Order: sequence, then structure tokens, then C-alpha cells
Amino acid sequence: MSAQAVAGIVRAGGMRQRVLRVLLFAVLCLFCLYYLAPLFVMITTSLKPLAEIRSGSLISLPKQVTFDAWGKAWSTACVGVRCNGLKPYVLNSVIMVVPAVLISTFLGAINGYALTKWRFRGADTIFAMMLFGAFIPFQVVLLPMARVLGVLGLAGSVYGLILVHTVYGLAFTTLFFRNFFIGVSDGIIRAAMIDGAGFFGIFFRIVVPMAPPAIVVTVIWQFTQIWNDFLFGIAFTVGDSNPVTVALNNVVNTSTGVKEYNVDMAAAIIAAIPTLLIYLVAGRYFVRGLAAGAVKG
Amino acid sequence: MIQPMKRRSTTVDRFLDRWLPQTVVSPLFAMSLFFVYGFIVWTVYISFTRSSVLPSYALDGFSQYVRLWVTPRWYVALANLFIFSSLFIISCTVIGILLAILLDQRIRIEGAIRTIYLYPMALSFIVTGTAWKWILNPGLGIEHLMQQLGYENFHFDWLVNPDMAIYTIVIAGVWQSSGYAMALFLAGLRSVDDEVLKAAAIDGAGPIRTYVSIILPMMRPVFMSTFIILAHLAIKSFDLVMALTGGGPGYATDMPATFMYSFAFQRSELGTAAASAVMMLVTILAIIVPYLYSELREKNR
Repeated sequence: MSAQAVAGIVRAGGMRQRVLRVLLFAVLCLFCLYYLAPLFVMITTSLKPLAEIRSGSLISLPKQVTFDAWGKAWSTACVGVRCNGLKPYVLNSVIMVVPAVLISTFLGAINGYALTKWRFRGADTIFAMMLFGAFIPFQVVLLPMARVLGVLGLAGSVYGLILVHTVYGLAFTTLFFRNFFIGVSDGIIRAAMIDGAGFFGIFFRIVVPMAPPAIVVTVIWQFTQIWNDFLFGIAFTVGDSNPVTVALNNVVNTSTGVKEYNVDMAAAIIAAIPTLLIYLVAGRYFVRGLAAGAVKG
Repeated sequence: MIQPMKRRSTTVDRFLDRWLPQTVVSPLFAMSLFFVYGFIVWTVYISFTRSSVLPSYALDGFSQYVRLWVTPRWYVALANLFIFSSLFIISCTVIGILLAILLDQRIRIEGAIRTIYLYPMALSFIVTGTAWKWILNPGLGIEHLMQQLGYENFHFDWLVNPDMAIYTIVIAGVWQSSGYAMALFLAGLRSVDDEVLKAAAIDGAGPIRTYVSIILPMMRPVFMSTFIILAHLAIKSFDLVMALTGGGPGYATDMPATFMYSFAFQRSELGTAAASAVMMLVTILAIIVPYLYSELREKNR
């Protein structure tokens, strides 16, 4: 809503303006093609039989559409030495992502609430110190985490990953909720206190009902982060307990036999579908999360 | 109504109310102290020991750092990080600001276009890597396509060429993250005050001049935070390398993150892995701390 208004005042209408407009659209569409091309190639490749992939062109539509590669990627493709397809690993990711998202979101909400609405001494320092966890390169915690998971008996299991993602998601979820609650008027809280409501009463009956936008942003952010995580998955799980990202990487890099590019692409799309769907349905909130999760406090 | 919930009189209740927030926050804070700060301390400590397969707790001075800095592979990782992050940051910034300005021209289907530009951010880097690995496939990918289009001598083997493989990671990384930069810049453009624009128009400044000499300079903070975010992404990049090249050919596309992973989990040289992790942490701190400091100072002014 900015420069065009200006440009409009300076030189309204005219041939030149129209040419510029067409040029503008052409450039924008070109970039649309740039971003969509890999997705297009993935989808078409996944629907072609292998022979057509070898003989045909990278960007051609499939001459005969077949879902064989999808079936194979889902249930019989080889991940390392086991050939059960991606299905068990998708299940692993679901088992991991649901509790991790719910727990870290809940803890972040109550933490953000306590830190903003019950401003005790040191609350800001505690927040700043916790926020630091969002910036560290996770390589710096990999080794001790591996040992702690071993001690807890959670090494190599999906449940270990739930703990890991909850712990390292907390900095982000606290940040999201703190930023949201700072904007909530203290007056409502104080009124409730005078009415005798306590810490949890205010949280569940007043704060949570006000917070759906923050909850949605946080859940989407956490879901995307945890579903897409690869580092923790490959470092802390083995074989059967791998999340889908790790399994996908193994499918693609399994070097035995003929390389089936269509199966690779189908597997990649399967791994991408959950987060893509969320993005398409709730993109607005996803973008808000990106803006808030962007380092700034 | 007769006094609904007035039952907050006993000293126990008062005590609870006074301390409940702290009681709720403390275990979470303790968790962060343990899993973030405690772990960092442990890693730093291990980097000063002779730990290899198992951690050993006898201090050994800077020997692991000396080892790290005489390892040729570490220099490859650093050189790659430098090449990747500079090209990645510059490309994302240029594409991002260009697209943001173009999208800011009252486009009717802006929402749809923005959705297309930003969807790669919803994908896992592993998915992105898999897709680009196929597109850049020397036999059947772009090379094949160009040859079919009549450019018989077109060769594109960057993915398996040790000198060029790092650039394939740049290509895929920019594809995934440039839309993110666009979104950040667009938000910045939208926050520019309309009054400023009207004043510029009255002074007779054309659209290009308005952008170059008025709007972009006003967006310095947005450039700063975009730079920080992209640098942060670049230093942490691990997934994309693993999916696209696996660090290869050989270790030609190693980066600090893959170096650390390889030394920690494949070669079991914990001490050196810890030292490399500490170097990564220091690099990130060197970028983040001054930024946060200037942010805080700005807010306090």
C-alpha cells in the first residue's frame, strides 16, 4: 500500500505504466515458476514408471500415470536393510510429534503467563536466560544429551525424542506466549484476583480462553519444527525408531539395487504432506510464527 | 449474588498465591539450566579433555583445539561454511528484497503469490535436499533436460564434482529460504509510515528514488534481523548437506555441523567433536550477542 500510491500520484495511468505493470506480473510469475518447479518435478516423477523417467524428460507430464511408486514408498521400499516402506516411520513421527507439541505448548503457555502476569523479582532474567536456549547450535548439546538419554534408558527410542523436543522447544513456546500475554491487559487479571481467583483459576478460566491465536501459532510452529527435525532424529534414534525425515534420507541413500527415483520422490512427498497441509490450511499463522520465531524477542 | 468466591483469607492460601508462580516456573527454569547451560558446560569441559570413544574427565588443556585446527577436514568445513553462508545470505537478501518490493505494488493476487513463495519454508530440508538431488542428478536431471533441448554439450555435474558440490547446497538453500527473507522484508515495507511516502511524492521523488534513498535506508533494522536469521540458519545447516551430498564427495561439502556429527557419532572422537561444537557456539554468540545488545539498547532509549 506504499509506493504504488506514490507512483500513482506522480504519474497516473498511461502506456508506460501499463507496460511496467505487465513486466511486474511477468517477473512475479517467473518466480512462482521457480518456487513451484521442484514440487512439480517431484510430483510428476513420482507418478511415472521408471522406464519413462529414464527415457523421458525431467519436466514432461507422465504419459501413463501410475501410483506404484507411492505404494512402494509407503509399504515396501527399503529403509536401510528393512523393507517395510515409510509407514512405520511416519507412525514414529506421529508418536513423537503429538505429545512433544502438546507438552511444550502447554508448558510454554503457563511459563509465559507466570512470567508476564505475575511479575515476580527476576522474571525478566529468567526469561532472558531461557530464551538463550533458542539460539544455541544444537551440536553443543548432542553429546551430553546422548549420555543423559542413555542413563534414562531412552536412548534409541521415540520417547527420548519427545523429551528432547519438549526441552528444546520450551524456549520458543515460552517466547511466543510471553509476547502474546504482554499484550493482554493486566486489568482483567487484577479484577479476577480481587474476585479471589488464584493462579491456575485465572490461567484456565481467563487466560487460556483468550489465547487461541497464540496457541495456534505455537502449535503450528512446534509441529513444523519437530516433524521436520533431522538432527535429533539421526543422533538419538536407531533403525526402527527413526522419525520419517531420517527414514526418507535412508531411502534416498540406500545404494543397493536399482535407483528408483519415482519411489524417492513419492517418499519425499509423503514426508512433506503433513507440514504442507498445515501450511496451506493455516498459512497465516505459520507466517506469524516465522516472524515471531525469528530470533527477535 | 452473595459474595461469590471470597475465601482467600487463610495464611496458607496467601502463602500459596505468593509463591505459586515461582513454583511453576522453577522446574522449567531448572530444566533449561540443566539441558542448556549444564550441557554447554559439559561439552566445553569435554573439549578440554582427551576423550575419544568414551568421555574422560582428566583435563588435557587445549590439545583438542590444537588437533581440530591441524585437521585439514576442519578447514574444508570452514571454507565451505564461508562460501555457503556468504552466497546464501547475499542471494536470499537480494531475491527477498526484490520480491518484497515487487509484491508491495498493490498486486491483486498478492496472497496467492506469497503463499507460493513461502511454501518451501514448510518443508523439511531433507525433502528439499531429496528434490534437488534429483533435479541436479548428473545423468537424468537438468543435464539430461538441456541435452534433450538440443544443447548436446551441456554438462552439469556439480553434485558429484568436489569443487562445485558446495554450490548445489547454495542453490537448494536459497530456493528454500529466499521466500522467508521476502516475508521479513515485506513486513518491513508495510511498516513504513505512509506519511513519509506522501512527503516523498510531494517532493517529486519517483518510485525508484523513493525506495533507494528513503524506504530501504529506513529498513536497516529489518536488514539486520534478516541477516542474523539467515546467518543463524547457515551456521546450523546440517540437514540440507546430509540430504543433498552427505558431506561428499569425500568430505568436499563438509560444514562445521556435519563435521561435528561425523566426529561425534561416526568416528567417536568426542573431544574433537566437542571442540568443534564449541567453535560453532562461539561463532553464533559472536553474531547474536552484539545484535541482542544493540536491540536492548534501542528499546531502552
